[in-house]
Amino acid sequence: MSNIPSELKYAASHEWVRDEGEGVVSIGISDHAQDLLGDVVFVELPDLDADVSAGDEAGVVESVKAASDLYAPVSGKVIAINEELEDAPELVNSDPYGDGWFFKVKLSDPAELEALLDADTYASHCEED
Amino acid sequence: MAKTTPLHDQHLALGAKMVDFSGWDMPLHYGSQVEEHHQVRREAGVFDVSHMTIVDVSGPDARSYLRHLLANDVARLDTQGRALYSPMLNEHGGVIDDLIVYLMTEPGVTGEWYRVVVNCATRDNDLSWMADCAVRFDVSLAEQPDLAMIAVQGPKARQLAASVLSESRARLIGQLKVFQGQESEGWFIARTGYTGEDGLEVMIPEEEALTFFQALVDAGVRPCGLGARDTLRLEAGLNLYGSDMDETVTPLQSNMGWTVAWEPQERSFIGREALERQRDGGVPSKLVGLVLEQRGVLRAHQTVVVDGLGEGEITSGTFSPTLGYSIALARVPAAADAEASVLVRGKTLPVKIVRPPFVRKGAQGHS
Repeated sequence: MSNIPSELKYAASHEWVRDEGEGVVSIGISDHAQDLLGDVVFVELPDLDADVSAGDEAGVVESVKAASDLYAPVSGKVIAINEELEDAPELVNSDPYGDGWFFKVKLSDPAELEALLDADTYASHCEED
Repeated sequence: MAKTTPLHDQHLALGAKMVDFSGWDMPLHYGSQVEEHHQVRREAGVFDVSHMTIVDVSGPDARSYLRHLLANDVARLDTQGRALYSPMLNEHGGVIDDLIVYLMTEPGVTGEWYRVVVNCATRDNDLSWMADCAVRFDVSLAEQPDLAMIAVQGPKARQLAASVLSESRARLIGQLKVFQGQESEGWFIARTGYTGEDGLEVMIPEEEALTFFQALVDAGVRPCGLGARDTLRLEAGLNLYGSDMDETVTPLQSNMGWTVAWEPQERSFIGREALERQRDGGVPSKLVGLVLEQRGVLRAHQTVVVDGLGEGEITSGTFSPTLGYSIALARVPAAADAEASVLVRGKTLPVKIVRPPFVRKGAQGHS
């Protein structure tokens, strides 16, 4: 059974969102997602200062097994990217909710957070996968 | 119901992620495919390859039968235990399977016999083809489903395997030449493999498999799954049947020309005439290595564009854990050389055409 922290929000496309306060969220992919992908070898992140829209492609995660699109779960401006993933993409596997985070967004519409899945709903979504 | 090997429970106990492989429930990895890969390049790993199909070929015509059946020539096997890699072709020169054949006795003796190891995905087709081709010969074919097969691979593989085995088996492991196998106390131990590293493939009664596997693990040999097996073989430039070649292409189109024994000319093997026609008339395509030195991963079925010559296709592609960039095998127009490009997720990326292997003795092997 994969780890699904209850304090986070989730997108059906397997990204997690952590509310960091003051309208900022950090984003990564879930434990379930990294487990499905296997060893991650490249992560392509959005550019710093880019504007992303909820549901749009925001990057690519390549594992030994497959390439998978990364979708922005919320809209806003990218204010930080995890540059460590450039040299250590395996952090996505070893610590998906911590050091394996992808990028941070300053929300343009904080109400979008409400539309995301809570941990229980996401857990049942994973079981259907 | 999926088929399982004698080590199935052990794989589950070790936390393997299991995957269906041609009807067999096999370990894909035990946590990290990339770490398993590195372990084999640096020290040693152990693979359960009991799904492979073992067929013993005996009888007065065993040699003449195999000389007819296979494109490579078992007459080249000049000492007991020598192994030969060969394609098995249809009349059109298409590859039915690739296999390893061991001469199990001294050559030419009465009772001479051979052991053939073929792919599990092609088992049914191989066995019926081999049986059909045997009709004109006095041979018997005996599949050995009760043998498990364990591959121990890596620079420390032989040393670590010897450390957990009896004195006589350990001595044999020290003496085996590359591509040679010998029987020892009911086991068949061969210095062969599918990773590009030194190591062993051990064919063993299934009831003894678990003890041997566990002893290896306890000695520090890491269990490795089919995922690492695939990236290791691809780095080593070894073809995978069904991906890099099949019945629609010949060995000459599959970087396997060296496995066709043209001499002696009077040896008539299945597919010979078709191969000679292709050799003399021109081979339309060839299998090459590709290297992508920028970010991105080459994957099977991506289109390869060779300027002025047309298109080809990637047959196997992956991220190379040893090299840190992506490598692939691709079938391209025969005149292609040096440069091409590949359509990767909507982008056209330049790739270098190289001659496999990509990795030799743990380091970059392509030019």
